[in-house]
Amino acid sequence: MCGIAGLIHRGKSSNVGQELQGMLQALKHRGEDSTGYALYGDTDGKNFIMRFKVGENVAEGSSSVKEDISVYDSRKRQVDIFLSELGAKIVKEERILPYSLRYEIEYNNDLMEFSKKIESVPGVEILSMGKSLEVIKDLGNAKAVCERYNLDKLIGTHAIGHARMATESGVDIKSAHPFWGYPFSDVSVVHNGQLTNYWNNRRMLENKGMRFMSECDSELIAVYLAEKMRSGASLEEGMKESLTGLDGVFTYFVATKDSLGMAKDTMAAKPLVLYESDDLVAMGSEEIAIRSVLPQEIDTYDPFDGMVKVWQI
Amino acid sequence: MANLKTSDKKTKAQSMGLHTEVLTGKTQQKFFNPDEAENFFYWGTYDVDFNKRTDLDVQNLDCKEANRKIDELMSQGYGTIVIKNPQGKHSLGVGILNKLNLIFEGSLGYFGVGSIDGPIVRINGRVGWSCAENMMAGKVVIEKNAGSCFGAAIRGGDLICKGSVGARTGIDQKGGTIIIGGDAGAFTGFMMQRGRIIILGDVGINLGDSMYDGTIFIGGKIGSFGSDAVESPMTKSDIDWLKRKLKVAEIGDNFDVSKMTKVVAGKKLWNYDALEPTEKKGAI
Repeated sequence: MCGIAGLIHRGKSSNVGQELQGMLQALKHRGEDSTGYALYGDTDGKNFIMRFKVGENVAEGSSSVKEDISVYDSRKRQVDIFLSELGAKIVKEERILPYSLRYEIEYNNDLMEFSKKIESVPGVEILSMGKSLEVIKDLGNAKAVCERYNLDKLIGTHAIGHARMATESGVDIKSAHPFWGYPFSDVSVVHNGQLTNYWNNRRMLENKGMRFMSECDSELIAVYLAEKMRSGASLEEGMKESLTGLDGVFTYFVATKDSLGMAKDTMAAKPLVLYESDDLVAMGSEEIAIRSVLPQEIDTYDPFDGMVKVWQI
Repeated sequence: MANLKTSDKKTKAQSMGLHTEVLTGKTQQKFFNPDEAENFFYWGTYDVDFNKRTDLDVQNLDCKEANRKIDELMSQGYGTIVIKNPQGKHSLGVGILNKLNLIFEGSLGYFGVGSIDGPIVRINGRVGWSCAENMMAGKVVIEKNAGSCFGAAIRGGDLICKGSVGARTGIDQKGGTIIIGGDAGAFTGFMMQRGRIIILGDVGINLGDSMYDGTIFIGGKIGSFGSDAVESPMTKSDIDWLKRKLKVAEIGDNFDVSKMTKVVAGKKLWNYDALEPTEKKGAI
């Protein structure tokens, strides 16, 4: 069934890594095949942060095939060569896990060409590209992923996340949420539900040059919104169009460098509880997610069918 | 008194007076005979004293432990139980089958006070999805908002939310009354079969979609009617009943019920009226 959670601090920063961990851990009964974080950290905004993987987690329960670590090394070397060819300068490099890396990069050109080149290396996927956004996703529940990637110290303004029960695609990182809104800097999406016109939309979007990395229907939302924005629509306009353009049942969150939005399908079939105040908006599939950051008695509500809302930091 | 603890499975339901024959079809079902009430023994119920009051802090209890503790307190004769720090936990206060004053000081998660038969519940917060699902009797009052599927499949009692509710309120409702002080989402009264729903505010799309029977009263705007749902003229008895019901529910002071829109099923379902009279009486 999956669980989603998100929060945005308005006018200040907070320990969003730890806060989102608490929210997602409260939802772990909705699925702990994988957990993903899209964290918008405080940065100087000069360099891109690229989170990418050169292989899959092949722990117990994974649907991926085990590869030798030397394969990861050779893929990383090829990525480094391509970065150099693209004129991108690596400012800082971290290899968090054998298959998971974080680069800070100086780069000033087109992100689509950049991504196509980097992802032309077999087995390599850019999880996120942005000046604030960092997407971290892996197998296991929120606490396990948070500890594996040391996320509990990350200070930022907003974050969205996803606790996944794998249904229509495999237990692997590529099918885990959040999805980066390729090729847009700092756009991420999480989704709870099921899209029934996935293949029709996918074929149409691929014909327009958009890229899909998985067969997870939720990825369609990120690609759909990215294509709308590429065509000149604002994020909110794209989200409103998605209510009719996407068929099925869904509640999804989308975040950009300075905003957080939610959309709910016209049948209101998937749950969402929302808390809004002047300095904080917190939302999740269940109230207990919100309670992990706001244990005191608060006023919350269920957004109605067809509702789209966007908040700024 | 029929002792159900020692009855075998086959005769247990018949001992309770619920029916006198093996069920072979819905229309042949015979319901509980009120004349046998004095011989009625309801398994899992307790004699409680409303003046005997206690608090229960569930902050560090999971829902099973909390519900077990409530049951234990009822077995000790406590008739008024105040639950502290529910903090959005799921499935609290479910399956209570006797008279009880149950007060939650805070909000509940999903499936709160489901499958109850008799208690008077006050929730000083909000509730998540499927609150009071399958409620048989009693009264539940929620001070704030409620999630979707509010009062799903209830068969009796009064279910009152002073705030707004999500989608599919009263889905599959089979009796009782649901009263909403604010707005309601899409598919309110979806597949409703009996009972009444009162919404003082606006309601979303597909109101009363596929409803068989029952009545819905709307005070505000209607997003759209679902298939089979039609508007019907308000009668004096409707207005009197609404006034009485809102007064008892302590909601909608000075609300002009005569301007409400009454919605009923516009299509007679084949053989639906072939139900036993006792079943109709029990349901309504």
